[in-house]
Amino acid sequence: MNMDKWSPMILSLVTFIPLAGAMLLTLLPRRDRDIRVFSLVVSLLTFVLSLHLPVHFHRALAGFQYQIDIPWIPTPNIHYHLGVDGVSMWLVVLTTFLTPLCVLISWNSIHERVKEFFILMLVLETAMIGVFVALDLFVFYFFWEATLIPMALLIGMYGHGRKVYAAVKFFMYTMIASMFMLAAILWLYAKVGTFDFVTLQSAIRAGQVDNFASAAQWLFLGFFIAFAVKVPLFPFHTWLPDAHVEAPTAGSVLLAGVLLKMGTYGMLRFNLGLFPEQARANAWWVMILALIGVIYGALVALVQPNMKKLIAYSSISHLGFVILGIFSFTQAGLDGATFVMLAHGVSTGGLFMLAGILYERRHTYEIAEFGGLATSMPVYAAFFLFVVLASVGLPLLNGFVGEFLVLSGAFQARAVYGILGATGVIWSAGYLLWMYQRVFFGKITHASNETLPDMDLRERIALVPAAIAALVMGVAPLLWLNAIDPAVHAALVPFEQLAGKVVGQ
Amino acid sequence: MNTAELTRILPQGVEYVRILPEIILSLFGMAIMVLDPLVDQRASRKLLGIIALAGSVAAVLATLYQAQYPGTAFWGMVKVDSFSVFFHFVVTAITAVVILTSYEYMDVQNIRAGEYYGLILFGAVGMCLMSSAVELVLIFIALEISSISTYVLAGFRRRAATSAESSLKYFLLGSFATAFFLYGVAMMFGATGSTSIAVIGQVLRTNSIPLLAYAGIALMFVGLGFKVAAAPFHVWTPDVYEGAPAPVVGFMSTAPKAAVFAVLLRVMFEANAPGRVWLIWVAAALSMTLGNVGALVQQNVKRLLAYSSIAHAGYLLVAFAALPANGIPAAMFYTASYAAMNVGAFAVVAHFAGAGERRISLDEYAGLGRKSPVLAATLTIFLLSLIGIPTTGGFFAKFYVFSAALQANLVGLTMIGVLNSAVGAYYYLRVIVMMYMRESRDEAPVAPLSISLSTALAISVIATIYLGILPGQVLEFASRSATELMR
Repeated sequence: MNMDKWSPMILSLVTFIPLAGAMLLTLLPRRDRDIRVFSLVVSLLTFVLSLHLPVHFHRALAGFQYQIDIPWIPTPNIHYHLGVDGVSMWLVVLTTFLTPLCVLISWNSIHERVKEFFILMLVLETAMIGVFVALDLFVFYFFWEATLIPMALLIGMYGHGRKVYAAVKFFMYTMIASMFMLAAILWLYAKVGTFDFVTLQSAIRAGQVDNFASAAQWLFLGFFIAFAVKVPLFPFHTWLPDAHVEAPTAGSVLLAGVLLKMGTYGMLRFNLGLFPEQARANAWWVMILALIGVIYGALVALVQPNMKKLIAYSSISHLGFVILGIFSFTQAGLDGATFVMLAHGVSTGGLFMLAGILYERRHTYEIAEFGGLATSMPVYAAFFLFVVLASVGLPLLNGFVGEFLVLSGAFQARAVYGILGATGVIWSAGYLLWMYQRVFFGKITHASNETLPDMDLRERIALVPAAIAALVMGVAPLLWLNAIDPAVHAALVPFEQLAGKVVGQ
Repeated sequence: MNTAELTRILPQGVEYVRILPEIILSLFGMAIMVLDPLVDQRASRKLLGIIALAGSVAAVLATLYQAQYPGTAFWGMVKVDSFSVFFHFVVTAITAVVILTSYEYMDVQNIRAGEYYGLILFGAVGMCLMSSAVELVLIFIALEISSISTYVLAGFRRRAATSAESSLKYFLLGSFATAFFLYGVAMMFGATGSTSIAVIGQVLRTNSIPLLAYAGIALMFVGLGFKVAAAPFHVWTPDVYEGAPAPVVGFMSTAPKAAVFAVLLRVMFEANAPGRVWLIWVAAALSMTLGNVGALVQQNVKRLLAYSSIAHAGYLLVAFAALPANGIPAAMFYTASYAAMNVGAFAVVAHFAGAGERRISLDEYAGLGRKSPVLAATLTIFLLSLIGIPTTGGFFAKFYVFSAALQANLVGLTMIGVLNSAVGAYYYLRVIVMMYMRESRDEAPVAPLSISLSTALAISVIATIYLGILPGQVLEFASRSATELMR
């Protein structure tokens, strides 16, 4: 069959086509229009290729698919090992889906150093996809760090306001935190002699690692801190509002849409996958921090005068849900967590794009500067309402499914987690709808808002896919969940065994 | 005396092959010195530069040729093995790239070229010899050849007071340090009855270790530690690097260091130095910390890179505390990748500094990303490698060093190292931020890149990326030479 020939190649293709595009882009002359068109073509091509993954995915299977495993460096024993399961596959598709939209949304707003901008964006895409497909811890770390530089440069070069401060803060926070992960990875390598995720996992489960019992807690923390900063989990979140507010629109979309998910994906894959006992032992304080994140993020979002900062804090709140789901160790919770990751990527990506459209017209994110925009920009207002409702969790839109599953998982774990988590849903309706009311309804208070042009064709093309995705994900979540479910189930096997052990005692 | 006896006493032909790179470098150096007064001064820069380049390239080729003739020469004073070939290659390659960098710099700074190129080649002779010498007195002589050349080279911007200061400081403190080394050699001779590293190694392995040997190692480490700018013998570094011509700094922060690290590897591992781990532990921890903390507040790019080189000497020393099977290859790999990125970084600094090296403050790098995208992108690659970001040689260098340390259960030292690299990221990032995220205050254009400098930068970039993507081959070679060394 044609597919078998493609299978081992497809992940490498999807991962490296953006990089190849970026390299070609360095050779192109500085004609801005051509550069934009070229980047759009490359990112669309990547998206189309990435659709191969869900189309040919064996949904009933739990393990990794489309694997490729070839030795890369003999000492240390590093393999170029890629593969996806139901969770990472959808995150890859999310990445490739958002990137072309980011190219479209940056079409006019980036008019200086255009070439560098799109080069950075394509390099970033390769690094992000690489994080999700890597199955060798070393290759994972490689891509993990590689996302840092293009993102920091995107913020620092094309952002506004205190962009340099935001870029450096973002870089240093993530860099320092991932050092701990590197130390943990090195420790594992020193004991087991491989970076291969699957081999490591079975070695740990079989108890073949020396001194593992005494080091496991530290290893868990080493990985956890790197991911917790990226998510960001309260109290490591302070880089996020700065980075978001100062980043260019495309940077914000990718940051919220994909980069934050790298953290939650890492927790799911590595903290749960490699250290199930420690995950269970540490779950209580992780859950508390996640709940603080949910509620604190929502409360701070409520009082933000700045639209983009509001969306940023709402991300902290929503990502708290994801962690809540992951550390509930229930099927529903993990399914929901994965689904929230995807849904949040689409809807918050959409919100940031919409905020960016407004910024292009008025050069401000202050909510007080607007009001009554529904009169002057009706199409824009409709899109905005749709995405806000998706984000709030209106049934039949994508936010609802994930939040529902997470909360039911949290209830199963402990009722109080579910009750406190549920308040987050209420808060999110509060701050988003209140923001919507202040921006779009009422009288136009600023004269310059009366003549604002509505969304043009390019902007509509950028937003329509996001809106459709939000709707389809809400109506037919099983399309996604039937691939996620087996993967999550496999991740939970050691937890069921653990629970059995506890009951047995 | 009959012929048979003569051939027994005199060195054989193949023994000359074992010092072929040194011979070639000396001959080319002497040719340059002789030619210098004969050609017109303006023309001489171009001509002598090409000769020097030819000499260093010939030395690289001679090194590759020499690799087929391993063995000892000159009554066991010199030994060609994979280890020495590796360091010969690093030193001669650095020399070639530095000469390429200097080619344009000489014109811009209006420096007389004859002695300059001559001294670089003579210095390279000493450094090459250091890596193949297996006898402490010869090592001392080689160290002196290399040091004296670099003392003079540091003062080559004759019209600048800082350059004279740099040269004098380096000379006074350097001679002092060399004396320590010699004293250590004498004590080692007293303790073991030999100056041959192999014999010392045997004595120290079999007998109970005499107290004098500890003192000998400590004193030798003072001398060598000074040369590699390891704390607490690092105080000279920022001042000397600030004043010396930028290409020379690129040279002396890599080539002599590589050679001295080769000596240290032989002394510490082949000679089985007693008390190695704790001596190194303290020096490494101090160098990393003091280097990085010092660099945080620097406003001058050359001083910043000077502190960074102290920190990198610290990371490298971590490998010396590890077990020989992992530590030696890790240290060798680090030397090579550090050479690639640091020579490259100083090549950019040298070019950007302009006439009289006026533009060396960090503020002046503002807006370089816009003014000269190529130069800024290249410097960014080197800086990312210095930080230790994946896909660059600097990453694998740190990676091998720290995993070697972990395999020797040096968790504390590894943690210090890992945290230090996080601190280090900050000040390298400052330069990148300056280049890309700040606007320049003046619109003074950056001189276009010459062919020679572009070649130098291309070689450095390719080496940095190569070591970052396909490090396997180099590391395997280093591992092989480590096993040879410890046999």
